[in-house]
Amino acid sequence: MRAYVLRRLLLAVPTVFGVVTLVFLLIHLIPGDPVDVMLGETARAADKVRLRHQLGLDQPVPVQYARYLRRLARADFGRSLHSGRPVRRMIAARYPATLELAAAALLAALCIGGPLGLLAAARPRSALDAACRGVAVCGASMPNFWLGPLLILIFSIALEWTPVSGRGGLDHLVLPALTLGTGMAAILTRMLRATLLDRLGDDYVRTARAKGASEPRVLLKHALRNAAMPVVTVLGLQTGALLAGAIITETIFAWPGIGRLLLLAIQTRDYPLVQGCMLVIALSYVFINLGTDVLYALIDPRLRVDA
Amino acid sequence: MNRLLGSARGLAGVIIVVLLAAVAVWAPDLAPQSPVEQNLSEDLRPPRVEHPFGQDKLGRDVCSRVFYGARVSLAVGVLVACISAVLGLGVGAVAGYAGGRTDELVMRGIDVLLAFPGILLAIGLSAVLGPSLRNVLLALCAIGWTGYARLVRGEVLAWREREFVAAAIALGAPPVRVLCRHVIPQLLTPLVVQATFGAAGAIVAEASLSFLGLGVQPPTPSWGAMLNEGRSFLLVAPHVAIFPGLAIMLTVLGLNCLGDALRDAFDVREPADTGHGERPIASLRSGSPAS
Repeated sequence: MRAYVLRRLLLAVPTVFGVVTLVFLLIHLIPGDPVDVMLGETARAADKVRLRHQLGLDQPVPVQYARYLRRLARADFGRSLHSGRPVRRMIAARYPATLELAAAALLAALCIGGPLGLLAAARPRSALDAACRGVAVCGASMPNFWLGPLLILIFSIALEWTPVSGRGGLDHLVLPALTLGTGMAAILTRMLRATLLDRLGDDYVRTARAKGASEPRVLLKHALRNAAMPVVTVLGLQTGALLAGAIITETIFAWPGIGRLLLLAIQTRDYPLVQGCMLVIALSYVFINLGTDVLYALIDPRLRVDA
Repeated sequence: MNRLLGSARGLAGVIIVVLLAAVAVWAPDLAPQSPVEQNLSEDLRPPRVEHPFGQDKLGRDVCSRVFYGARVSLAVGVLVACISAVLGLGVGAVAGYAGGRTDELVMRGIDVLLAFPGILLAIGLSAVLGPSLRNVLLALCAIGWTGYARLVRGEVLAWREREFVAAAIALGAPPVRVLCRHVIPQLLTPLVVQATFGAAGAIVAEASLSFLGLGVQPPTPSWGAMLNEGRSFLLVAPHVAIFPGLAIMLTVLGLNCLGDALRDAFDVREPADTGHGERPIASLRSGSPAS
């Protein structure tokens, strides 16, 4: 197991390196002079020189890159151009809110997608199956920037059950979590249904049925356990994607997370903050995928042997 | 085609996509008025006969803007899907056929791009390049080709082991001819299926970027930007957000249904093949060049 984890970690090194390089290069894609874009063309020449020096843009690109890597090694993302505060602290203050939202969305997806997938697989080609698949197709086709306002309209404005926006108690979390988790729930429903139907045709399921096991027991004890691998794959990949999807959900619900911070940074052209937020979200995605790989090995011992 | 239209999902997908295309092409004839014509004295008025979807905060006709918005969405969906598919086809085919270091290098590069959640990279690129339709296309194509390249590479790896490809190589066909004449034609079906889902993804991504203010800029009508404008008036004029939202949902639903139906129509498991994984989708096409 240790060898497998070590191998996965080593494989992640070039990916992390690539992500860091891409985020570094982002600022160099700005058309024209980045300092002009950040300060405006009418800014004083002295201010431009100072900012260029502060960002290291007066140095050759390889030198800038080496400095960037050195700073990152010390977890130093630079300072915000607008507030002057260290980017690391600004992100650290917002990151827990995004994690809270992503975890709640994951829970919502499991609570909706799990039962729907099980019900659909339990009665394939029935009206119940069609209904579950219909809900899944609609969920997958509903972008969160459309679902969010719709949920606000129904539950916050018409029914007055939940607050419209902001972060607070559980009631604040319900709508953002549903908005962010619905797409994932739809994918989970379809994936779980397809995988369970595959497993229900296997020999060991036939044996369990022949031995008199009840249908719920066959489904939950025998088929579901063996259907876990592909479902974990999807959950792992989608959990990482939740962090990116949170950018829109946080904007809709004024949720004070890293996604909203990124958007504010983009609007104010605070590029060190943009780079910091992007790097943290992308690295979180990489490490969540890595965690998923390790989880596979825990679920399926064959992977550890193959490794 | 019969198999595609034979399923309810396929039929629904085709109808929605054809309707969307018709609305986009004939938007100037179908729209009740110009999408940018303002009437400040009639702001946020609810739907009625002259304005079936109501009016927005500047008194513009929401129906006309939704119809013209279909042009932007459809153009982005089709262009991003086509450009990404061609790029992915080229890169994936070369990587899969060449193998060795070329393959390793290309795949590591793709891994890095895929290490970013797609929308995050699109947001980052749009942020640095500046908000415009051209930059949205650039950003979406820059991330979109990776999925196609992975698919094509996998398929090429499988197809290059087949006898008819080996025969072509043995007869002295140069690599470009082997790829273009014998391998790539086998990949068209999975590519079309992937492109259908890709178009849906691109439409949602464009709408997301426009919703965040990083995409199509006013006064050009875009469903995402309209939804964002309408968000502020949910209490007093929900129609401003509801109609563009419904348009996005229906479009994505149609493309997803079409993609699912296309996949089901071509991706049929053969009885003799069960239990050993799925065969390449294209292998079910009738007759390979060597057969």
